Amino acid sequence: MKFAVLVFPGSNCDIDCFKAVEETIGEPVDYVWHTATDLSAYDCILVPGGFSYGDYLRCGAISQFAPVMAEVAKAAEQGKYILGICNGFQILTEARLLPGALLRNGSMKFRCHDVVLTVTNNKTPFTLDYAEGEEIIIPIAHGEGNYYCDEATLEQMKANDQIVFQYGDNPNGSLHDIAGISNERGNVVGMMPHPERAVNELLGSTDGKKMFTSILKAWRDQHDAANTR
Amino acid sequence: MTQQTPVKEPTAEQVADQQLYKQMGVSDTEFDLICGFLGRKPNYTEIGVFSVMWSEHCAYKNSKPLLRRFPTDGPRVLMGPGEGAGIVDIGDNQAVVFKIESHNHPSAVEPYQGAATGVGGIIRDIFSMGARPIASLNSLRFGKLESDRVKYLFEHVVGGIAGYGNCIGIPTVGGEVMFDESYEGNPLVNAMCVGLIDHDKIQRGVAKGVGNPVFYVGPPTGRDGIHGATFASEELTEESEARKTAVQVGDPFMEKLVMESCLELIDSGIVLGIQDMGAAGLTCSSAEMASKAGNGLELYLDQVPQREEGMTPYEMMLSESQERMLFVVEPKDEAQAMKIFERWGVICAKVGKVTDDGRLKLYHHGEVVGDMPVHALVDECPVYNKPSSVPAYYEQMANIDTVAFDEVTDLSGALKSVLASPTVASKAWVYDQYDYMVRTSTAVRPGSDAAVVLVHGTRKALAMTTDCNSRFVYLDPEVGGKIAVSEAARNIVCSGAEPLAITDNLNFGSPEKPDIFWQMEQSVDGMATACRALETPVIGGNVSLYNENTRGSIYPTPVVGMVGLVHDTDHITTQGFKQDGDVIFLLGETKAELGGSEFQYIVQGKTEGRPPGLDLVVEKQLLDGVLDSIQSGLVQSAHDLSEGGLAVALAESCISGKLGAKIALESSGLRNDHLLFSESQSRILLSATAAQADALESKLAEHKVPARRIGNVTSAAQLQITVDGKQVLAEEVSSLRQVWEDAIPCLMN
Repeated sequence: MKFAVLVFPGSNCDIDCFKAVEETIGEPVDYVWHTATDLSAYDCILVPGGFSYGDYLRCGAISQFAPVMAEVAKAAEQGKYILGICNGFQILTEARLLPGALLRNGSMKFRCHDVVLTVTNNKTPFTLDYAEGEEIIIPIAHGEGNYYCDEATLEQMKANDQIVFQYGDNPNGSLHDIAGISNERGNVVGMMPHPERAVNELLGSTDGKKMFTSILKAWRDQHDAANTR
Repeated sequence: MTQQTPVKEPTAEQVADQQLYKQMGVSDTEFDLICGFLGRKPNYTEIGVFSVMWSEHCAYKNSKPLLRRFPTDGPRVLMGPGEGAGIVDIGDNQAVVFKIESHNHPSAVEPYQGAATGVGGIIRDIFSMGARPIASLNSLRFGKLESDRVKYLFEHVVGGIAGYGNCIGIPTVGGEVMFDESYEGNPLVNAMCVGLIDHDKIQRGVAKGVGNPVFYVGPPTGRDGIHGATFASEELTEESEARKTAVQVGDPFMEKLVMESCLELIDSGIVLGIQDMGAAGLTCSSAEMASKAGNGLELYLDQVPQREEGMTPYEMMLSESQERMLFVVEPKDEAQAMKIFERWGVICAKVGKVTDDGRLKLYHHGEVVGDMPVHALVDECPVYNKPSSVPAYYEQMANIDTVAFDEVTDLSGALKSVLASPTVASKAWVYDQYDYMVRTSTAVRPGSDAAVVLVHGTRKALAMTTDCNSRFVYLDPEVGGKIAVSEAARNIVCSGAEPLAITDNLNFGSPEKPDIFWQMEQSVDGMATACRALETPVIGGNVSLYNENTRGSIYPTPVVGMVGLVHDTDHITTQGFKQDGDVIFLLGETKAELGGSEFQYIVQGKTEGRPPGLDLVVEKQLLDGVLDSIQSGLVQSAHDLSEGGLAVALAESCISGKLGAKIALESSGLRNDHLLFSESQSRILLSATAAQADALESKLAEHKVPARRIGNVTSAAQLQITVDGKQVLAEEVSSLRQVWEDAIPCLMN
């Protein structure tokens, strides 16, 4: 299985995502520049956190126009796995690959600390290894993580099981305590908390490891199914 | 040379006749010297260039004689003061690079940008050495957290640090914040950055190789920050507000791109010399690079990328626009360098050439608009040995009895008051605004004695801290200087690391005042003595003078930034108690020493008397004993006793560990309030498992460290203290935690 970690000008969790893939599942992983026009070699695309294009104008607003994003949209359509973390989540919503938007935190301040998350949907390719309703500790670090969408969208997401993670103690004012969501098909997930920061006992939590093992398992299952067919 | 002066600017004659140089901080004698070096009167651009190069900020003209007193060498030191940052060996061909720098004056008038650009500047110092920045720290001081102005400064300084550090993706892992009337109107904002480097990648800011091209990297130059270095070298007054143009505006996104592209350039191996444009921008970087190589340099100012039209040579040379670098490569490598910057979308322009005539020559519109000897700019600034005299207050303080006040019997109440003091209280309100986890290396987060950052690919880690108790320095600068270094070392050792070296940020009032210069001399002597005794040389630093406000000078505040080496991640230790039944040890001797203590400030509303004493032999034994114990695996938790003494240290270890403690003390002739709140130095609180308590005790005895078993960790989350068998304090940890956690948010919301 091959991973791509996208690099926009201003990405700063790219190295952390790269290391997390190496350390948790040891699958091959490449940095892929924002100007790339071919992602066909990759099975999973990680859109990392940071401040792409300085987050000027609006978080993720400029990145959606990077050449690589057209390829990300294509990959999403092909059913490949796409995970946007923090700024990556913001980019995926700006690119309309995920519904809703991320507003400034209710406190109007950047917040960095551990949060307790509930795994609301463990049927996505990113959450298979968690139990439904499992509580995990994953850090957040963002100033604009306040998830918002209109009521109809929220109802639709609930009906489709698109709410993947919810906060125990809502740190930013997110609608419905939403910390992470998926698209309808479930192959694109965006989340504000940083699972790549929770893969090492020395750093305080290993609860993020299962995200990476889940992706690999999902890919293998899909592959095995394809091979037997 | 043709004398064509831009329309708006005064002529050389006017500069001399109207003594315009005085507005730039150049004295009559200095002006005469400059005329001597040039063999004529300087034009407006030249006097501008000289004035910033000869400012305290760039030339250390008032502090150089003092800085020479610091030990700067040691077996691990690869580079001492003089370059962008000092470098210390950590083995395996790796080294740690670090430096601290102040941005006090800009932060006083424009707190967000002042603090943000302080962070940006120190990060550039680190990556211009070729190092990858891995962590930032800071040391902040504000007036009493009561007035709207102080709250505004505090909120926006923290916001600026967060805004810059979070965006560029370097974790802000630690620091200190203190509040005292002394800093009203003149806050201190010191930023420190730590980087990692391989030995063979170390860069220098030298303009090597006559004929080689000089390149400018970064955003275009604007009219911001003109005369920032001069601004930083004078007192803040009512008019300072009007000098906001001397404050620069930061763009962390741009710096991220400049950093990544410069590190890639350095990695390619083609760089001959590289330096950041910090204080005094293009002037200082070009003159220093030429000076270090013993060469000259020509700058073609028309080629300098410009943000505004019609900029004069004077403005371009003195601008402090941010995120800019200067580097030299051989002509054959030009194309390769340009390609790297194109890929990152960063402006890179050839703006000059290395020459052999030892002069800094400026060309504009085909004319020579400045021609100055490099050595005169860099090395010939007069150095002043300012007069010093013992201040009257110091003499008076000797007669003040700091322990004779009426005994405070409500010790719970006193503990809560001290825990609620913003200086002691939880700083989560501050550090939760910093991304302290990006780069996934932060093993000990803000809030413990020192932050610990992992060195990936090894079992090593780096511990780092900033410290200075300025009340102690005020009351006795020599002892206070020793305490600042020792406390930093104690914090480093408590986290399981061997102290390596320090960087210092000397924040003082005006050196023109003899009693202030005396504070400088005394505290530098104290620090130097401690650095020798504790084997932590000074590898670089910064001086910030003229920190004055309407009340007078700030407390002398020589901030120590220290880095230590954790030899194995198994040694990483934190302050929180770990498990029920662990034995608690108090190391060191407690005396009735309340002068300058937090208890004295909060409970009595005073800062007076003499500070606690410090014996460096005792301190060294303590540090060695504790480090050996930690490295031998005998220690569960370690916490330095500082502000608030034993009572606060116990409360913090309970709060951090979410456990309680049952403590039995002996009075040994001390009053209860003295016993709990004295800030006697060279004391550490350790805990060990019951099974290892004896081993720990004998290990400490080997090192001649006095250690007493004072109690046990309890699962019941209560702090109970008895003295001579009589209960003097019993509090739920949850209520202590609440007081400690809520203090700053309550004042700020």
